[in-house]
Parts: sequence; structure tokens; C-alpha cells
Amino acid sequence: MTFEELVFYFFSAILVFAATMVVFIKKPVHAALYLVLAFFSSAGVWLLLDAEFLAITLVLVYVGAVMVLFLFVVMMLDINLSPLREGFARYLPAGLLIGLVVLAELAYVYTRDYFGPERFPNPGHHPEDYSNTAELGSRLYTEHFLGFELAAVILLVAIIAAIALTLRPKRMSKYVRPEDQVVITRKGRVKLVDPKTDKTEG
Amino acid sequence: MLDGIQELLRGLPEPLGYVVWTVAKILAIVLPIMIAVAYLTFAERKVIGYIQVRVGPNRVGPRGWLQPIADGVKLLFKETIVPTNANKFLFIIAPVLTFAPSIAAWAVVPFDDGLVLSNIDAGLLYILAITSVGVYGVIIAGWASNSKYALLGALRSAAQIISYEIAMGFALVGVILAAGSLNLTTIVEGQQGSIFHWYWLPLLPLFLIYFISGVAETNRAPFDVAEGESEIVAGFHVEYSAMTFSVFFLAEYANMILISILTAIMFLGGWLSPFEGIPVLGELFEPVPGIVWLLLKAGFFLFLYLWFRATFPRYRYDQIMRLGWKVFIPITIVWLLVVGAAVVAGIGPWFD
Repeated sequence: MTFEELVFYFFSAILVFAATMVVFIKKPVHAALYLVLAFFSSAGVWLLLDAEFLAITLVLVYVGAVMVLFLFVVMMLDINLSPLREGFARYLPAGLLIGLVVLAELAYVYTRDYFGPERFPNPGHHPEDYSNTAELGSRLYTEHFLGFELAAVILLVAIIAAIALTLRPKRMSKYVRPEDQVVITRKGRVKLVDPKTDKTEG
Repeated sequence: MLDGIQELLRGLPEPLGYVVWTVAKILAIVLPIMIAVAYLTFAERKVIGYIQVRVGPNRVGPRGWLQPIADGVKLLFKETIVPTNANKFLFIIAPVLTFAPSIAAWAVVPFDDGLVLSNIDAGLLYILAITSVGVYGVIIAGWASNSKYALLGALRSAAQIISYEIAMGFALVGVILAAGSLNLTTIVEGQQGSIFHWYWLPLLPLFLIYFISGVAETNRAPFDVAEGESEIVAGFHVEYSAMTFSVFFLAEYANMILISILTAIMFLGGWLSPFEGIPVLGELFEPVPGIVWLLLKAGFFLFLYLWFRATFPRYRYDQIMRLGWKVFIPITIVWLLVVGAAVVAGIGPWFD
């Protein structure tokens, strides 16, 4: 076994273990943390394919941002698991049936010769001066320009939709407006009064 | 001497010699960082002391110079207390999760021409990705402590770090556009010429935003609501004591040094001499090794960190969010368009 294979099996073993734990562990926060571990180890596997841009972006986007928000939400929620487990026996036959169908489908596809080491040989390594980042960039902005831009527009629509759904036109809470704060002058805030004291002369 | 050691290691069987040599290089980076962190805490107390017209620590050793060592020994020998009902495994691993990324990021930092542990192609991206992992330590610490204050501090900190990461990332995109590369060594080489060839001038707004976001990312004053002594005691590390606490501290200061060095590399020409291109001075300072310039520039930013802390009052939480989302991100996007246009037009002396 070469060093590279050793690294591959190391990351793959952790990946499979973490992915299994995501499904089977009971505490949601732990499941989210195992998902982080799974992302991290799959980034390691991608690095072995010379895909350093994809690997680092996976860590940056999914581990660094998406999963943080996920954890955020999971920690804030107070999930009571016992009502979720109710009716286990009732749903069991349906669940088993669906599980078996999925398993049969997977087995069908997998036993055809679409997969396997001979269909997908080791792509080998690129020459020393190969830059995955530059290669990916030039492909995306030339060959796949239209698809890439379309994906960007769809994401933009999603952002606008999310904002439109949550935007409250009227402010319900008391809120300090910074633009009002910075234009404050002394005149608007301080009123000098000259109290007439009842002074008697002499 | 280095060649001699390398020759000696060649004698070892193949993978072993390589591993030993790499570990030696890692130690050569990590040990100075640890010493720098220790004396940065000392410098902080001294600088803030003098700014507030006090003397600062001056009891341990000559003029207080052994203070950080005394602090370290004290923290080492104290007891680590795990709160009741805390998740022990996560509680212990959280400081490690903040500390490891703050050290791992140094792998791609070039200290001089060719003086870098791993000169990888996507260095800048690697730094962004690795430093973004550090937030897990904070979140997990807050959650595993089983304490309200810790959880509140962790939530504040996570929201703040994620918000400022976007502005920071956009500022870095500007640098990438200007240099045309993700490799930190190439970025510094692109700034060769003189002090006016450095990227601080064409990327001035991004430079300021990057450093301010860096201050926010490291949870330092005036953006230290994650600690916020007056409201939530000490934020996410309120339940931590002894060594677990000091590991959080080490990570914070190592991150400060990292941000300072990165700002120097990307906007102030890294190891390049500021006297380059000036007739007499340039030759006079020619023999000064590049790492000296880099450390001087980084030292300047570290001083700014301390200066900020002694000068500014803490930002209010909603003001921090507004500054990040409504001020910094729009400015960076607009300036990216400007830089893009300048690169296409080939405006000199930076982009020709």
C-alpha cells in the first residue's frame, strides 16, 4: 500500500463513519458536528484528486459558513425528541418498504457495470504546473458560461425571495436609526430655558 | 548549518527524513509564534498601561519581562474545572478546535522570498478556509459549557465572525484580482517596485476594510461583544479555567499576529523594503533581510490592535452588524468593480 492509498483509506474510513453517525446519533448538535467531520474528510479525499480548489471551497463554504448557521439554529431550538419517536411501530412497515425499494434500486444500478474500478480508473496526477483553480475558472467562464451565470441568477432570485418574505414594511420594534443619529445637532436635542425665579429686589 | 542538517537527514530512510525535516520546519514557525504570543500579552499590558498613564506589570523579573512566563506557569498549574452537566468531551475539545486552525493557517505564510513551509497554489483560499473553521471552537465552547452567558457569547461571536468573513473575503477578492494569483508569494512579488507599487494605494478601501474586519474576526476591542464583560461576563469562555482558558487566549493572540502579517503581505508589500526604488536609501537598506521588514510591518498592525483597545469604546451589537453588512460589504463590491476595470484598462504602475 502506497502512502497515498493509506491517506485515501484514512479519510474514507472517517468519512463513512461520520456519515453513519449523522444518521444514527440521537442528539441533533452531535449529528451536525459529525456532518462537519464528514465534509472535512471528503475535502481530504478531493485533495487527493488534485482538486484543491474544490476541496478548499468545500471547507470554506460548507464547513465555515453553512454548517455554522445550521449549528446555530440547532442549538437555539429546544427539540423534544420523544414526540418525534411516537408511532414508531405504526410507521415501521411503510418505512421498511421504502427502505427496501431504495436498497433494491441501489443494488440494481450498482450490479450493472456502470460502476467499479475498471469503469473509473484512477485519473492519475496532473503535471507539476497544473493549477486546478485556473483550470476551473477558465472552463466556467468560457465553456459553461451560460449555465454558470444562470445558476448565479437563480441564487439571486432566491435571495430576493427570502428577503421579500421576511421583510416587515413597518418597524414593530423600537430601533435606533443610525442615519437619524448622525444628523443630530445641538439644536434638536438641547433646549435652554431661563427659569424665572421669583426674586424680590432688595 | 541548515545544509548540514539536511545532509544528515538524507542519511535516514526516505519518508522518515522528509517527515523529520518538515516537523523541524513546523517547529521553527510554531515556537516563535508561541513566544510572540506570550510577549504580545506583555506588550498589550505595557502599551495600554502607558496609554492610561500607568506603568503596567513591572514586578516579575527585570522591568516585568518575565511576567508572561509567570502567567503561563500559573495557568498550567491551576485546576481545570468542568461545569456540572457540561458535555465533557466537547468542552475539552473546543479550545483545541480554535487553537489548531490558528496555527495551521501559518503553513502557507511566506516570511521572505522562498521562506515558506508550503508554497501552495491556492494559499489565500487555504487561509480563508482554515481560519473560518476556528469559529467552531467558539460555538462548541458556548454550547458545551451548559451556561447561559457562554451560549449568548458564542451566538454573538458566531454571528459576528460570519458577517465579517464576507467583507474580509471580498477584500481578498480585490487582492486576488490585482495580483492575478491566489499564491501569497506571487501576491508579494506583484507589489515589487516602490512603496507606491504596494497594493495599499489602489486597494485603499479594501485595505482598511480588511484590517477592521480582521479586528472584528479576532473578537478584539472595539468589536469584543463576544466577551462583553459588562453584559455577559466573559462570553463563550466564562466557564473555562487554567489551561483550557489559556488555549483560547493563545488562539486569539496567534490570530491577531496572523491577521497583522497577512495585512502586511497583501497590502504593504510583505517582505519588500519600503526604500526600494529610492536612489541612496534603497541601496543603503539593501542588505536588510526581508523578514525584518515583514515583522516591522506586522508589528505596526499589532500596535494598532492595542491602540484601538485602549482608545475606542465598545460598539453596540446592532451597530456592528450594520457596519459589516450595510457599510463594508457594499463598499467592497463597488471597489471590486473599480479594481476590475483598472486591471482591464491596465492602469499603472500596479496593473500594467
